[in-house]
Amino acid sequence: MNELDLKKEGIRGINSKLQTLPKNTNEKHWVVTNPMGQHSIAVGLDGPLQIDIKGHVGFYCGGMNKESEITIHGHAGVGTAENMMSGIVWVKGNSSESAGATGNGGLLVIDGDASSRCGISMKGIDIVVGGNVGHMSAFMGQRGNLVVCGDAGDALGDSIYEARLYVKGKVASLGADCIEKEMRAEHLADLERLLKAAKRKEKPSEFKRYGSARKLYNFSVDHADAY
Amino acid sequence: MDTNIPRTVPRKSATFDDATLAEIRRAASTGIYDIRGAGAKRKLPHFDDLLFLGASISRYPLEGYREKCGTDVVLGTRFAKKPIHLKIPITIAGMSFGSLSANAKEALGRGASAAGTSTTTGDGGMTPEERGQSKHLVYQYLPSRYGMNPDDLRKADAIEVVIGQGAKPGGGGMLLGQKISDRVAAMRCLPKGIDQRSACRHPDWTGPDDLEIKIQELREITNWEKPIYVKIGGARPYYDVALAVKAGADVVVVDGMQGGTAATQEVFIEHVGQPTLACIRPAVRALQELNMHRKVQLIVSGGIRNGADVAKALALGADAVAIGTAALVALGDNDPHYEAEYNALGTTAGAYDDWHEGRDPAGITTQDPVLSARLDPVKAGRRLYNYLKVLTLEAQTIARANGKSHVHNLEPEDLCALTIEAAAMAQVPLAGTDWIPGKVRF
Repeated sequence: MNELDLKKEGIRGINSKLQTLPKNTNEKHWVVTNPMGQHSIAVGLDGPLQIDIKGHVGFYCGGMNKESEITIHGHAGVGTAENMMSGIVWVKGNSSESAGATGNGGLLVIDGDASSRCGISMKGIDIVVGGNVGHMSAFMGQRGNLVVCGDAGDALGDSIYEARLYVKGKVASLGADCIEKEMRAEHLADLERLLKAAKRKEKPSEFKRYGSARKLYNFSVDHADAY
Repeated sequence: MDTNIPRTVPRKSATFDDATLAEIRRAASTGIYDIRGAGAKRKLPHFDDLLFLGASISRYPLEGYREKCGTDVVLGTRFAKKPIHLKIPITIAGMSFGSLSANAKEALGRGASAAGTSTTTGDGGMTPEERGQSKHLVYQYLPSRYGMNPDDLRKADAIEVVIGQGAKPGGGGMLLGQKISDRVAAMRCLPKGIDQRSACRHPDWTGPDDLEIKIQELREITNWEKPIYVKIGGARPYYDVALAVKAGADVVVVDGMQGGTAATQEVFIEHVGQPTLACIRPAVRALQELNMHRKVQLIVSGGIRNGADVAKALALGADAVAIGTAALVALGDNDPHYEAEYNALGTTAGAYDDWHEGRDPAGITTQDPVLSARLDPVKAGRRLYNYLKVLTLEAQTIARANGKSHVHNLEPEDLCALTIEAAAMAQVPLAGTDWIPGKVRF
């Protein structure tokens, strides 16, 4: 295990160190201390590292991650794991707005609550939230899965494409073109896999599935009132 | 009818003219707004309303064919470790693969690289053809983030954070189903054939303070090497440029309402945003007041057509210009050669703007493999190269005539305006007077 003190190294020092490690390095486990809510910690990583961040982080922690497993032992700011490609980002606390925004792959786990726009424009990422998500979550979600073990705020899945949403608790309201859908065997299996990966105790049968009605896929004046 | 009684002739309304009546009927028939490509078509105050004064006794000209007149420009000198050094101050604006064919994107890369300038991706990611053929490639970072990934980000020579564009400041992208081919769908993670709706706001930041943090993230991911551009539509250029500078931009791109789009609502193109001419001086003033003029470079786009337009934009304070529509025309867009086919589409060469329908006879704004194959990327690239060279020679000719050894030495004092409107917008005197509307004389 290697330690990086953000107070000493600064953001550039830490990211530079983690980004330039050779792919086959033996120094895979890194602990970042004193994150102090700073922005852009551990962004643009490209390799199978294990990063433990001991405290709260600001915006975009784990942004554009590839392969690394990043654990935030605290709360996270806006855009956690934005545009993630692969790997895992795990928030032990709560996460602010736009968690997992535009993510293409990998797994984002938030043990606590996520704020609004969780999974906005998601493109293949899997997101599991232990608590609640705020309004406009999965807005324009294109692909991937959003699992919410608590409640979802207003306009869930507004203008959604092909992302799959699973919510255990209440949904305040569904957004334009988002509807409740049948939970088939493949969805239950998918959900079980995701809950297991996120170390959740909930059962797939406790969830409802939501997705696109696909009525807004082609322009029609008769659907203009949906907006 | 008594023919001895004088009658009024049929008189059409200036308000309800033929085009307006046709649009009302079209809207009533279809129930959807008119969508088209390109920029504002209405008559606007523009660079044609300005003239260069030239040199005589009070100013000394340079010899046209003997004395050097520099044209190079360096973009990204503020923070980027690797600024871009271009041979000419004319860049190619962002246009997506999806809106354009792969051959068209390759041709743009070929022409721009041969001329020593940059080309730009668009709302749809980076294609290997484009990267391969572009010596200097600017990678757009858009609200949709279609195709966005860190590998391409690092392959880019600069990153352009797109806040808006001149044709539709405040609007998102649009790509209709006809153009969502298998390849385009895969790059954008969308089902094939749907009408793609892109967001107009970025998904993970709002406001200038957040933008500063976003720019920091992009720099961190790319080792602070790449120049970061911020592109804005011509909405409120003074404030928007100041905020872009505050957020940490290396380069600001200001796109006026004549700037083209692949597809958006006609009402948006013609009624939102300001003419390019009206955007330059407020943008430059913002830079000057922050002591950032020439430190943060300014690129102006929207209706640049010839070397005189280039020279006028630079004289008003821009460091470079970008061309989009003109570049497509150079490749072969709207060429009278295809007049019969344009007629079959209900239009005529020079007026074809249904780029969203993907039926472009010139093979440029289409994903149809048969139509796309009509455009030879090598020959089209050569046409673009030729055109860029002509623009450069023309700008040099004007700069020398005004006694300048570099096109960046052109200044507002070299200009006068033909109309009061242009004088007010460009803040140069009305021809034959020392009157600059809006400026108090002491």
